[in-house]
Amino acid sequence: MASAVTPNELQDQREGQASGQIWQPPSGFQRWGDVAFRRLCFAFAVLTIGLLVWLVVEIGSKAIPAFREFGFSFLTGTTWNPNLHQYSILPEIWGTLYTSLLALGIGSAFGVAAALFLSEGFLGEMVFDILKRLGLHLHPFWEKLPQRMEGLLKNTIELLAAVPSVVYGLWGLFVVIPMIRPLCNWLHDRMAWVPFFSTDLSGPGVLPAVLVLSIMILPTITAISRDALVSVPPKLRMAAYGLGATRWETILGVILPTASRGIFGGIILAFGRALGETMALAMLIGNANRLSLSLFSPANTLAALLANSFPEAGRREIPVLMYAALVLLGITLAVNIIGAIILERAAAQAEAK
Amino acid sequence: MSEIDKLEVEAERDPFKDVDFAELETSLYRPRTFLSILFSWIVALMTFMALVPLFAVLWKLILRGGKRLSLTLFTQLPPAPLEHGGGFGNAIVGTVVMVGIAALITIPFGVLTGVYLAQSKEGRLASAVRFSAKILTGFPSILAGVFAYGAVVLITGGFSALAGGIALAILMLPTIILTSENAIAMVPAKMKEAAIGMGATTTQTTLMVLLPTAMPGILTGIMLAVARAAGETAPLLFTALFSNYWLMSHGRVNIMQPTASLAVLIYNFSAMPFPNQVELAWAAALVLVLLVLVTNLIGKSFSSEQLER
Repeated sequence: MASAVTPNELQDQREGQASGQIWQPPSGFQRWGDVAFRRLCFAFAVLTIGLLVWLVVEIGSKAIPAFREFGFSFLTGTTWNPNLHQYSILPEIWGTLYTSLLALGIGSAFGVAAALFLSEGFLGEMVFDILKRLGLHLHPFWEKLPQRMEGLLKNTIELLAAVPSVVYGLWGLFVVIPMIRPLCNWLHDRMAWVPFFSTDLSGPGVLPAVLVLSIMILPTITAISRDALVSVPPKLRMAAYGLGATRWETILGVILPTASRGIFGGIILAFGRALGETMALAMLIGNANRLSLSLFSPANTLAALLANSFPEAGRREIPVLMYAALVLLGITLAVNIIGAIILERAAAQAEAK
Repeated sequence: MSEIDKLEVEAERDPFKDVDFAELETSLYRPRTFLSILFSWIVALMTFMALVPLFAVLWKLILRGGKRLSLTLFTQLPPAPLEHGGGFGNAIVGTVVMVGIAALITIPFGVLTGVYLAQSKEGRLASAVRFSAKILTGFPSILAGVFAYGAVVLITGGFSALAGGIALAILMLPTIILTSENAIAMVPAKMKEAAIGMGATTTQTTLMVLLPTAMPGILTGIMLAVARAAGETAPLLFTALFSNYWLMSHGRVNIMQPTASLAVLIYNFSAMPFPNQVELAWAAALVLVLLVLVTNLIGKSFSSEQLER
């Protein structure tokens, strides 16, 4: 009831005018403006959900012709031949999962280590020790140094995520590949019977792509794991120390298990990032439609396939690529939703303590 | 005397009878202390190893890109194959225009959604919106390009800066929504209550109290989103494509034509067999990284000021 004025309000108005007070009830414009603004905010919020739905529908509907034509054999075959109009993406699905899982292995080892280093205050302690030896630990300027160093280190790790992926790709192409090539070829010469080393690294390949990919997902893992580690209640840590546990007995026996859900959620989200990462892989993986275990052989991923084929795709190829995009969308959405749910549960668990 | 009393007396006589004191001392000869110190060093080493790539990239960029850095880079057009010199002025303009289009779409959209989320914390719709935004954060950038291709390029009939801007907007939106919500939720409740107590409407409270107070945090979110969008390549590959010409012709900006961007230029030129183009790719990478890192750091400086207050 926006325009109706109750007797009470009328009374207020008269009193306000009579005593010369500066307040006044909201004018019609203010009332309607308020309603309009709230509706606008509501509309945008609903649009956010709508956008997500639209993204799925847009890609899905464009993929329907290809789905009708190729069905599920699209997912299990290994040929990609535009001239014969034969398409299937098993090598790309394999390449996407293979590179992402390998990168996740490397990235989470280093990412969780960095998160521990940041959350346990190792650096601050080291700096404090040095200051104490120098007798500066109570100095008004220097005593803030340990905290500042921790903050600096945290921000520097976050900057790893700020470097655009195309720059990592450029760096991988001109620095990483030439650097690791002698070692890889040496491994291939000596141990060609190991399936991972069964081909030589002639240029782009799985290993350089994995290395660069693991650098790119590390900051995600570190940031989320650090949040999980920091939110472990201090009393648990104190209790462990009080029982005479060493620092690492505390970390491995108490802190990591308590934070494990949050860390796991972070790793899942990083997995989602790795699956969808495009540029570094498109530049480093070699775009070969090949199904191989070898770390040095060129391969392909779904995202790289889209990046390389879309700009030159003909009318008949577009639905096929949309189908591939739909597969990528399905995988990443599933992984991201699982990760988000795990993190939400972990946050609820941490709040309950 | 009962059993328990006997034990108590004994304990009073020597409470530490069963304690092996040597076991409690810090000594490198004890496996548990030694392992603790060893693990600490391993973790420290791994953390610093994780930082090596960042500095290696920056070092290589300064070394290889710095060589070509000059003013002509910013004023000239990309060279043809085998041509000498040239620059990427049009790519810088293209990047700025497309990020600008994306920002024009996402800033009102994102901030108002953030306002809604902060106002209705527990509602079912609010949690659904928040969840969608979180899912969108992990949305693969290439799929934003695929979407813009289907929704804009196929309909307008050609590659354009507008399509590129829309693709970037999808990637910027979730960051802006989530940071705005956080920033608004961080405003002390007493300020909001004071405004309501003085009879302000929800809109007046939001526009005159909440948004100004939360502005540093919101700006941080916007700057981080802009920094991310400026470096994105995948969504532009087949929405804005690339162009060797200026976006502006005959004194008019036409956003419905193929448009160059720094990121796509790096990708295209890095694959070319001509040394001049590769050099330009490195120089463009240096410019892009500087642009992105500076935007990023400025954005972060806003919210650190807020924290100190």
